[in-house]
Amino acid sequence: MYKSEAASWFRIYEMFRFEAFHMYGIIGTALVIGVINTLLIKRYDIKSFFGSSIMFVPKEKGIRRYIIGGVIFGLGWALAGACPGPMFTLLGAGFLPILIVILGALLGTFLYGLLRSNLPH
Amino acid sequence: MEFINQPWPWYLSGVAIALIMLLLQLSGKKFGMSSNLRTICSICGAGNQAQFFRFDWKAQKWNLIVVLGAIIGGFIAAHFMTNSSAVLINSNTITNLKTLGFESAGSAYVPSELFGANAFADPKTLLILFIGGLFVGFGARYAGGCTSGHAISGLSNLQVPSLIAVIGFFIGGLIMTHLIFPIIF
Repeated sequence: MYKSEAASWFRIYEMFRFEAFHMYGIIGTALVIGVINTLLIKRYDIKSFFGSSIMFVPKEKGIRRYIIGGVIFGLGWALAGACPGPMFTLLGAGFLPILIVILGALLGTFLYGLLRSNLPH
Repeated sequence: MEFINQPWPWYLSGVAIALIMLLLQLSGKKFGMSSNLRTICSICGAGNQAQFFRFDWKAQKWNLIVVLGAIIGGFIAAHFMTNSSAVLINSNTITNLKTLGFESAGSAYVPSELFGANAFADPKTLLILFIGGLFVGFGARYAGGCTSGHAISGLSNLQVPSLIAVIGFFIGGLIMTHLIFPIIF
């Protein structure tokens, strides 16, 4: 994350301005290999390290929660320049103000838990 | 060995992410970072306030190990494997950021205007970081996943809901970058 600059605020900003292939390359490469791996696991019923079948739980159907939640996430992603993984990478790298972002993210998660039954899903 | 200290190319990172996802799949787990935020809320006692946080968080301990790994990885990469932390983004992006007041564009890893030593003393910066985090946390849980859960593992399993969520991520990101940034910076 850190070495490929995926944890850099600048790379996220550049991505949303479509001025570099970098972030699309990272996500795209992971995705292409991920699709192949997932297909192979399903096709050949590859077992887990513990010998059990690997289950793929389909995401719940719906549109509203994904579009509304997605837009809210995107607004935050562009503003803070970090998503939930790289946040912790930045913490390890010693950028302490990221603690405010992490605190915000925890409170945002808590807020969702409180309001969940009142939100359209 | 010089390669180690240079920024790594995008394909290496993509392969590494796919490898992590494969290892988690082969361990019978799901790749998703934002679930940890819910787990941490539960550990802090949020279950007293909302049903959503009453779940067996102990079963999610493995995922907290992934978080710990991300922290340690960030530490090692930043302290032992970096010559220059400047992120060489597109020169057009740098020019644009300088007009917005980000003088550190092109010469830092993250903007010193937001993540520098003065951040804790500047109310506007604190607010920006806090609101950014708040939206990420709220949006990720509302949409049921973040970049890892939807854009990578969800799309890898060809899930339509994940595609809708990713389109949402981009609508939000584009609105923030192109419409809201010129107002707040």
